[in-house]
Amino acid sequence: MAQIQIKNVRKEFGDFVAVKESSFTIEDGEFFMLLGPSGCGKTTTLRMIAGLELPTSGEIYLDGEEIGQRPPSERDIAFVFQMFALYPHMNVRKNLSYPLVSQGMPRAQVKAKVEEVAAILGITDILNRPVGGLSGGDRQRVALGRAIVRDPKAFMMDEPLGALDAEFREHMAEELRALHDRMNATTVYVTHDQLEAMQMGDKIVVMNNAVVEQFGTPQEIYDKPATMFVADFIGSPSMNFLNFDGVVSEGETSVALNGHPIAVPRQMQGSSGSLVFGVRPEHISLSDAGDYRGEVLATEYLGTTQIVTLDTPNGEVKARIDSTQVAKVGEKVGLNFEAPKVTLFDASNGLALLSELNQGVLSHG
Amino acid sequence: MSSFSVTEPSKRSKWFAGTLVILYALITMIPLAWIMLTGFKSPADAISYPPKVVFEPTLEGYVNLFTQRTRQTQEYLDANPPENWRDEIVRQYDMVIVGPSKFGERFLNSVIIGFGSTFLSIFLGTLAAYAFSRFKIPLADDLLFFILSTRMMPPIAVAIPIFLMYRQLGLSDTHLGMILLYTAVNISLAVWLLKGFIDEIPREYEEAALIDGYTRFQAFYKVVLPQAATGIASTAIFCLIFAWNEYAFAVLLTSGTAQTAPPFIPTIIGVGGLDWPAVAAGATIFLIPVMIFTILLRKHLLRGITFGAVRK
Ligand SMILES: Nc1ncnc2c1ncn2[C@@H]1O[C@H](COP(=O)(O)OP(=O)(O)O)[C@@H](O)[C@H]1O
Ligand SMILES: [Mg+2]
Repeated sequence: MAQIQIKNVRKEFGDFVAVKESSFTIEDGEFFMLLGPSGCGKTTTLRMIAGLELPTSGEIYLDGEEIGQRPPSERDIAFVFQMFALYPHMNVRKNLSYPLVSQGMPRAQVKAKVEEVAAILGITDILNRPVGGLSGGDRQRVALGRAIVRDPKAFMMDEPLGALDAEFREHMAEELRALHDRMNATTVYVTHDQLEAMQMGDKIVVMNNAVVEQFGTPQEIYDKPATMFVADFIGSPSMNFLNFDGVVSEGETSVALNGHPIAVPRQMQGSSGSLVFGVRPEHISLSDAGDYRGEVLATEYLGTTQIVTLDTPNGEVKARIDSTQVAKVGEKVGLNFEAPKVTLFDASNGLALLSELNQGVLSHG
Repeated sequence: MSSFSVTEPSKRSKWFAGTLVILYALITMIPLAWIMLTGFKSPADAISYPPKVVFEPTLEGYVNLFTQRTRQTQEYLDANPPENWRDEIVRQYDMVIVGPSKFGERFLNSVIIGFGSTFLSIFLGTLAAYAFSRFKIPLADDLLFFILSTRMMPPIAVAIPIFLMYRQLGLSDTHLGMILLYTAVNISLAVWLLKGFIDEIPREYEEAALIDGYTRFQAFYKVVLPQAATGIASTAIFCLIFAWNEYAFAVLLTSGTAQTAPPFIPTIIGVGGLDWPAVAAGATIFLIPVMIFTILLRKHLLRGITFGAVRK
């Protein structure tokens, strides 16, 4: 039960900056995702919240109290490690008891608590087994059990499903989310898998190169990306970027792509020069009509939908259309863009231009 | 082709490997066996040529090892008949036992100095290795190299300075002096070996303990140490073997109170020169503690080997 506030936190390892001034807030009870490619500083951020790494500068507030420089034992935050880090010389029961023993809890109470948690996680029958021979899923459950057994203020999870087989991962993700919904404990979850982040998270922070790129709900981040990096990283296939040179002025509702006027959300910020027209594949429809045309290069059948790759005057574009619609390779078709869902970017810095679509998100993100 | 398998060696190669191992074991064990046998020979049998493999066993060597004897006149011998089998053995040479030899004391010195310096080396070495493995230490690489470099000089090169230094400090021929000296020599080996073992232990185990509410020292003590048991055991064996067998420093720096067994054993004098059966008996007994220690820790050593193969 806790709110966590990260304020201008920075972490340097010698000359190397692992996390640049970052700020975001994790509300009480949220399932919060830290998303980004490998090496962007997610683990470092998580470890700073838990106290395993001390920030070089900046503050971390836990329920309003500044804890940035305190040792982990004074934070009451649990951590589920990427490779689980179960104590190899102890059996499952001892692993689960360990956090309680450190608090000086009486034996009988420890036993009762461990059994309660084991029942929640369905690991009662393996309590007396050594951790060495456990399956990945059971290790995962024991690691979770060790985290929840002492009712911490918040949970940190570092790619907890990364060590599991693909087929088992989905099942475990559901189990995790169900566990969270049941306990309603503030959880910070690190992943590099955008799909996992979208599926499980209440809120997402997208990091790249030690910088927080965007912070918001999955829907906000998907529909209203703040940067080209976020637009590209989230979604599969990712957002199409059509490069064009032009001028956008405040109040504009269309841009010219290869001489054809294309509708966009009302712009609230002027810009000029090298620009990018960003549109998600599912916001493109294909028809015989339409002034803006492209040639079908390939199609990929996905069941109810198909991904059509087209060559357009502004570069290659992928469209997600109904699989009943016929698209033949080599055919020239018209492209229609769903105007309210389009985002324009400034190619020079990768930032989204402020528009009617994203104004609410960008001004507080 | 059905008899061929990638994982299971063929019968012939198993047989070959087995023969090789047994042959090697025999070759290394022959000198040991010879020493043990010599301990039960009479002085004459011990130096006979060609060497005797079949002989009449006697405990003479062991009696001579543990006792001091003196020659007596015939009248005295007649007046005092032998009281036990030990007396009878020495009577062959017209001698009587006048007291225990120094061997017991020297052996005890070896035990105190050997195990004392091993304990100290492991204690300091584990702490230092943990620090080098886990913390950012300025000039860590240089310090590690410096520690290793203390091992590069042969004992004989530093023996004289140490001898002079010890005399000034009053550490000559003391248990403390020898323990400190052997610890100083062993510590480099201990730090390097143990650092390797501790590096292998994932930091996450300690971090999990920190998260679980333990202090850094508790995490070290309760989580790292049990994980490092294998490494500690094998390092301890190496340290003990060195301290136990060390000869050069012991000859130079000890002569009485703190003399260890290695410089003592070859000085056991019998009738007309070295008493070979007694020397062999001393060597045999001297082997036993290291053997027991190694056998006790063997489980850890084997586990260390198999663990390394399975982990990660
Ligand atoms: N203890 C450390 N010392 C030096 N560099 C580190 C340390 N921990 C992490 N880094 C570096 O910081 C960067 C971010 O690491 P990390 O937070 O683990 O990334 P992520 O979890 O997003 O993959 C990486 O380039 C990594 O090499
Ligand atoms: Mg990571």
